Amino acid sequence: MSAVFVWIETFKGNAGPTSWEALGAGRLVADKMGVPLAALVFGENANAVAAEAGQYGADKVLVCDDATLHGFRLEPYAALLAKLVTEHQPKAVLAVGTTRGRELLAAAAADTDSGLLTEVTSLEVQDDGSIRVVRPVYAGKILSEAAGNPDGVQFLALRGRAFKANAPKPDAKAEVTAVQPALAEDQIATKIEGFEEETGTVNLTDAAIIVSGGRAMANNPKEAPAGTANPEVWKAQDGFENVLKPLADVLGGAIGASRAAVDAGYIPYAHQVGQTGKTVSPDLYIACGISGAIQHQAGMRTSKVIVAINKDAEAPIFKLAHYGLVGDLYKIVPALTAELKKRLGK
Amino acid sequence: MHVVVFTRSTPDTAARVEVGKDGSVTWGDAAMVVNPWDEYALEESILQAKNAGGKATVIAIGPEQHNDALKHSLAMGVDEAARVWDAALENADSLAYAAAAAGAVKKLGDVDLVILGKESIDVGTDQHNYQIARKLGWPMLSYVSKIAAVDYSARTIKVERLLEQGRQIVTSRLPAVISVMKDINEPRYPSFIGIRKASKAVIPEWSLADLGVSLPPTRTRTLRLMNLPAREGQVEMLDGTPEEQAAKLVERLLEEKVL
Ligand SMILES: Cc1cc2nc3c(=O)[nH]c(=O)nc-3n(C[C@H](O)[C@H](O)[C@H](O)COP(=O)(O)OP(=O)(O)OC[C@H]3O[C@@H](n4cnc5c(N)ncnc54)[C@H](O)[C@@H]3O)c2cc1C
Repeated sequence: MSAVFVWIETFKGNAGPTSWEALGAGRLVADKMGVPLAALVFGENANAVAAEAGQYGADKVLVCDDATLHGFRLEPYAALLAKLVTEHQPKAVLAVGTTRGRELLAAAAADTDSGLLTEVTSLEVQDDGSIRVVRPVYAGKILSEAAGNPDGVQFLALRGRAFKANAPKPDAKAEVTAVQPALAEDQIATKIEGFEEETGTVNLTDAAIIVSGGRAMANNPKEAPAGTANPEVWKAQDGFENVLKPLADVLGGAIGASRAAVDAGYIPYAHQVGQTGKTVSPDLYIACGISGAIQHQAGMRTSKVIVAINKDAEAPIFKLAHYGLVGDLYKIVPALTAELKKRLGK
Repeated sequence: MHVVVFTRSTPDTAARVEVGKDGSVTWGDAAMVVNPWDEYALEESILQAKNAGGKATVIAIGPEQHNDALKHSLAMGVDEAARVWDAALENADSLAYAAAAAGAVKKLGDVDLVILGKESIDVGTDQHNYQIARKLGWPMLSYVSKIAAVDYSARTIKVERLLEQGRQIVTSRLPAVISVMKDINEPRYPSFIGIRKASKAVIPEWSLADLGVSLPPTRTRTLRLMNLPAREGQVEMLDGTPEEQAAKLVERLLEEKVL
């Protein structure tokens, strides 16, 4: 089967918000190459997700719902992907470069000695069949234009939120084929012992809207309760919880942070945006009390609309921002939350 | 017990990186530093080697400039260092890097654990991490935020991994490859004595022939590097009382259709 393969990431049997973006990008590649678009769905509930993949534009779906594939583990997933690539010799293999997507593609590319380009933000199929891409390098400070080799299978890991998913067509159906796993349980060296899910929070890299707080979160005018061991940390945590979170909640957004806020213990590392944190590109990024150091910019500069709230009119974040509000975040953010509640009717 | 850790020198994170007139990347006179993610890997290798009474070896793949990162590693307290370089690695891709790295681990022979930083900030990729594991045929545990337990006699490791949806707890057989996150430890600064010792260290250079590695063909090409397009438009400052600022902003955001 000459085709373009797209791996559809699932978590607990559901496709995530960015899972269909790769199928949207894959559709462009498959159409230009004149080959079918095949989605790969592994793990629990694979058949239901396969039906959804048809609605999102896949012509074919290869599914494998085996117990060894319940919960992502690199070894069985990579072995199966490498096996399918070797058997079918697709023109290209795409996935969104999430934590799982990037390691899966890298491993299967290594197993099949194929080329891989990561962090792809745009792509174009050339007449010779090579795929030319643009990818940010040096922490997004410059761009690299690179190309795969059409004589081999071209693997592409896409930057999340860089490509658009197609609108689902309720009547569209793909041809679904079940495939066998490549490894048996006793051939797999890793075991998942548990998963502590972060509930009630929106995943940063999927989020369309992010509200981030910096070191200035400690400038909370509220007094810490008497006897608090570290009043500064208490104030900042209270600010994240009772000032930033309500704003994120009306917007349906996620909470981000600068490294200064993380290092000071105001908020866990999972929220850090920047060069040594997460790279995000939401539609709207609101930076509250963040100066805009180059390492912070590295993680959020591709956001569509950037709003900066900072009491210092000279802060570097205003050079990057589209809208700037000079003032005390502890006054502006509550006003903004109230205004949004009013305007959005919540 | 033997831990291997990989590192490289990258331009300082504060450097202004640009594409020069000749199309090559420049970072002015900014200093080269240890790839920031590697500091956590180096610290962890020192801790693991110490806990088990074993040794840690640091390896860089690249030309001589990467000796700086190796010397920094030695100064932190890693026991030994080696550098792999070969003209054939010039402009090679991650797969070639991974093949060379796996070759170096095999050359050392008795390795139980390979520790890597989450990614390299210059080339902006982590794919070599997973590819080293595949080329070794070892399990890969990425995004490790905590090593919960290592049993070198039972040859098992238990770690916590930081994924998008939360923390996963996983066990694996050893030998294994892990990549570590910033959360895992607090990297130490090199000591004065460490720096003195490291400055005298002679770092061996291994060629691909020394490792007995032949490279897989390079299948991706960089065509050109480009500066970022200039940011369109200027920041619009919204002033007034906090309530006025908020109202103006919401007005703009509704117009931009981002809500
Ligand atoms: C190797 C390396 C990697 C790094 N990686 C990252 C990274 O991944 N992410 C990251 O963010 N940083 C990173 N940094 C750190 C970075 O250099 C900055 O130190 C950090 O981003 C600063 O955080 P900040 O903006 O919260 O704090 P500051 O720079 O201290 O800024 C605080 C801002 O808050 C403003 N302010 C104060 N009070 C108020 C108030 N009441 N209302 C409104 N505004 C107020 C101030 O005017 C100031 O602009 C890294 C650094 C290094 C060396």
